[in-house]
Amino acid sequence: MAYSDKVIEHYNNPRNVGSLDKKDPNVGTGLVGAPECGDVMKLQMKVNPDTRIIEEAKFKTFGCGSAIASSSLATEWVKGKTVEEALAIKNTDIVRELSLPPVKIHCSVLAEDAIKAALSDWKKKQGDAEAKPAEPATAASH
Amino acid sequence: MAIKLPIYMDNHATTPVDPRVLEAMLPYFTEKFGNSASRNHEFGWVAEEAVENARGQIAKLINATPKEIIFTSGATESTNLAIKGAAEMYREKGNHIITQVTEHKATLDTCKRLEKYGYEVTYLPVQKDGRISLDELRKAITPKTILISIMYANNEIGVVQPIAEIGKIAKEKGIFFHVDGVQAVGKIPVDVQKDGIDLMSISGHKIYGPKGIGALYVRRKNPRVQLAAIIDGGGHERGMRSGTLNVTGIVGLGKACEICQNEMAAESEKLRKLRERLTERIMSRLDETFINGSMEHRLPHNINISFAFVEGESLLMGINDIAVSSGSACTSATLEPSYVLKALGVGEDLAHTSIRFGIGRFNTAEEVDYVADRVVETVQRLRELSPLYEMAKEGVDVSKMTWQTAAEH
Repeated sequence: MAYSDKVIEHYNNPRNVGSLDKKDPNVGTGLVGAPECGDVMKLQMKVNPDTRIIEEAKFKTFGCGSAIASSSLATEWVKGKTVEEALAIKNTDIVRELSLPPVKIHCSVLAEDAIKAALSDWKKKQGDAEAKPAEPATAASH
Repeated sequence: MAIKLPIYMDNHATTPVDPRVLEAMLPYFTEKFGNSASRNHEFGWVAEEAVENARGQIAKLINATPKEIIFTSGATESTNLAIKGAAEMYREKGNHIITQVTEHKATLDTCKRLEKYGYEVTYLPVQKDGRISLDELRKAITPKTILISIMYANNEIGVVQPIAEIGKIAKEKGIFFHVDGVQAVGKIPVDVQKDGIDLMSISGHKIYGPKGIGALYVRRKNPRVQLAAIIDGGGHERGMRSGTLNVTGIVGLGKACEICQNEMAAESEKLRKLRERLTERIMSRLDETFINGSMEHRLPHNINISFAFVEGESLLMGINDIAVSSGSACTSATLEPSYVLKALGVGEDLAHTSIRFGIGRFNTAEEVDYVADRVVETVQRLRELSPLYEMAKEGVDVSKMTWQTAAEH
């Protein structure tokens, strides 16, 4: 299968690879997917509790090139955004940016799930009353 | 010697046509273009002679007689003809067929279709090494069993089944024995007499011959096997397979068999050494890598390795100047990993991380070294990216974790 240039570029030069201290109260961690499905994404964000701005984002992904690219792109996009802005990122935005084919849409769904899961974890740590468990974007599609 | 990229190491999928095969074929496209069924002129006779010569070359390779070779469009057709043809011909004798779970789809899907028509099929499981259990086979046989269909060697893991033992059991019980010989014929010694084979599918393009040509070995005595045709017409190939013969393809298949016969001993030894070199160069430099399937009962040119914590498709993307094949099918909507590896009891997580290497006649030691080095560096890079590898290094047993979204997948 042919990959888009952007997927190849992210695969060859993934942004923000790594891990943040998951015990840090300002770090939210999202771990989504499952090994038997061939995709696992770990997305971490460090959020400034005063400004609610995401100051750092790191990822690690087990998955195909499109999954790696989706999570790499997600870290790029969330950095500098507020929590609310980051939560507004839709998987369809990722599909468009990376020109993902239909069989790879689940990769973008997983990336959206990872953002939501990480921020939900952060909110929980902050004792935020609004904290809700991460809801998969469109779980049925993957 | 400089290495030419990309490197082809997917020789279970297909092989290039050997230049000697091509050379043998060429005259039959132009000046010797006759129809082998034209009985009344020189053009027909020349074509017929070429076809009969090829029949002899193929028969010799598997210790059969030329009349026992039926030409088809390829091994998928051969397998369809063998199984459907025998099932129809011997319907009154019984309606039970025995096969096994790691067969090629040509066999499995043919059997599935027959189930729709009222046949019963037993799909034997395989053991951890990829081979069937002879006890299980014996237990599966009923008075209604008319056919056993077991592959000689598997296309993903190269595991060789105990064919001679199965042949013996089949003969004892008076059951016909079909063998998908696609991956084995021309690569390892195959002898239809010693192995007790009654029907065997052969492919041209897996043995450095052209695509679009195959053969079916059909035993003529002890016992004589009869098949109902699935393609009717002019009654070619003793009525078992009508249609004008693909003379150029047949000449190519014959020549390919002749070369395999002459060079098998030396070639398999060379490929075994290259395979060992590849395996050693990869496995000695990476932790958490596992070979799938038996090493003892295996084609000399195959190795199938799981690289834990690295997804197969992303690995292939990283080694995009090398043509190999992944056991992961993440490109399909179902995200199903290889059914062959699953049948071996390889966990789905590891099945997603497997690569099949098929070394061929034209691969060199330099290419093997290049492939090994590229695989090692790509696996290392992707493990740096892998949350599962990180967790494993932290001592988390990834296989025992509960995955949040697993239920939805």
